[in-house]
Amino acid sequence: MPHRTPLFDWHKALGGRMVDFAGWEMPIQYTSIVDEHEAVRREAGIFDISHMGRLVFQGPGALNFIQKIYTNNAATMKPGQVRYGLICNEKGGIRDDVLVYRLDPDWLMVVNASNREKILAWIEENRGSHDFKLTDKTFDWGMVAIQGPMAVKLVEQHSEAAVALKYYFARHDGAGDDYCIWSRTGYTGEDGWEAIVPKNRLLDLVESLIGPASQKAGVALKPCGLGARDTLRLEAAMPLYGHELSEEIDPFQAGLGWAVKMDKGDFIGRDSLARRKADPTLPRRIGMELEGKRIAREGCEIRHDDKTIGHVTSGTFAPTLGKSIAMGYVAPECTEIGTKLEVDIRGKTAGAQVVPLPFYQRRKL
Amino acid sequence: MDPKNLRYASSHEWACLDGDICTIGITQFAVEQLTDLVHIELPEPGSRVSKGESFGEIESVKAVSDLYSPVTGEIVSVNSKLADDPAKISDDPYGEGWLIKVKVEPGTNLDHLMTLEEYQKQIESEEH
Repeated sequence: MPHRTPLFDWHKALGGRMVDFAGWEMPIQYTSIVDEHEAVRREAGIFDISHMGRLVFQGPGALNFIQKIYTNNAATMKPGQVRYGLICNEKGGIRDDVLVYRLDPDWLMVVNASNREKILAWIEENRGSHDFKLTDKTFDWGMVAIQGPMAVKLVEQHSEAAVALKYYFARHDGAGDDYCIWSRTGYTGEDGWEAIVPKNRLLDLVESLIGPASQKAGVALKPCGLGARDTLRLEAAMPLYGHELSEEIDPFQAGLGWAVKMDKGDFIGRDSLARRKADPTLPRRIGMELEGKRIAREGCEIRHDDKTIGHVTSGTFAPTLGKSIAMGYVAPECTEIGTKLEVDIRGKTAGAQVVPLPFYQRRKL
Repeated sequence: MDPKNLRYASSHEWACLDGDICTIGITQFAVEQLTDLVHIELPEPGSRVSKGESFGEIESVKAVSDLYSPVTGEIVSVNSKLADDPAKISDDPYGEGWLIKVKVEPGTNLDHLMTLEEYQKQIESEEH
């Protein structure tokens, strides 16, 4: 039986089309992927992301242990700060991409749903003598993302403290049923927040945001499914584990070298990463715009001068850009912006061109 | 066209036979399942299609699906307006959104396809 989030009945009542995603029954869309996508770019959307893994580290050894398995530097984080990073295997391949929250005195790690069990096992395997307690709060807490240029007006109605958060900062408040974590984070390329509350409080939070907060703010908050989450993150060129990221790909290949701090001290994968960073032969992640409207989907071959030079990892028809776009990995000599490539889409070739990432960037105020 | 007078394939195409010309499209249900159409690939007039075989593909943001011909024959007409505006299919799947017209052999009938009532039973079971 797949897991259900605390909002399962709400999704069904809204006509959400439910699919299995990483062992969870999740809505792929309620109305249309494009409508939901455009709502987030133009105004505001809300996503159930309760399927994400939420792991709490407590105790004197928590920081040192996180440092051991995480490529970014948690030691330089300020209280309340949130930082993106990778968990790598010994060979430097990516086991997961995660957000680490410094919620003094504890640490929270948000991991991908598809990797939660793998990472739990990895933590136990590498725990050694580090003195910390790990609690998997995934099933005790629910989580939603409120994203879009007008999200600020809604969050303002709900919590003045949350609205005052800076980008990639979080705060936690309350105890017991009133406990909540708000962070100014997201996966859409827009301004936005993510909120974690006890599972029995999630529906109340969602209803108060969609109901009273929306009305007071004069902002429509549209329920959005995983379909729009995927097209939004793709336009923003954010990698998705299982597509752009895998055990065989290292962070430098993925363009995530900024999230690897080689000088922070030892961590799992560091020696391999030092070698891989200096290796000019490894394939690199690129973005492409395709000619025509057909979509280059995962696995499509990418060619240059009649030679196969790589494969597509994700592709879509970008609603904001009105273009067919894709990401993939190609031989390093073909990564220059403007390079003309060809993509084999189900036996027919489409012309493509390497373009800068991200495909879409919001106008910063 | 009135959905009551059409016949349906389990792969969600509809067919309407008028003399020896069979018009083919996809159903409202198929359109609702696909949503967000971005592209349709149809064959050239003059090419042949065979019953049960793919004659093109329809692509939405979510997925790409093959289109299957419910009859055998020669394509005499293709709805050329769809290339620039695939949304026509979702707006009016039984009218403006038709896909191809096929000239069938004399004696061809659509008895192998479902009636509207039978098709509705199929989609009810798919929805559960």
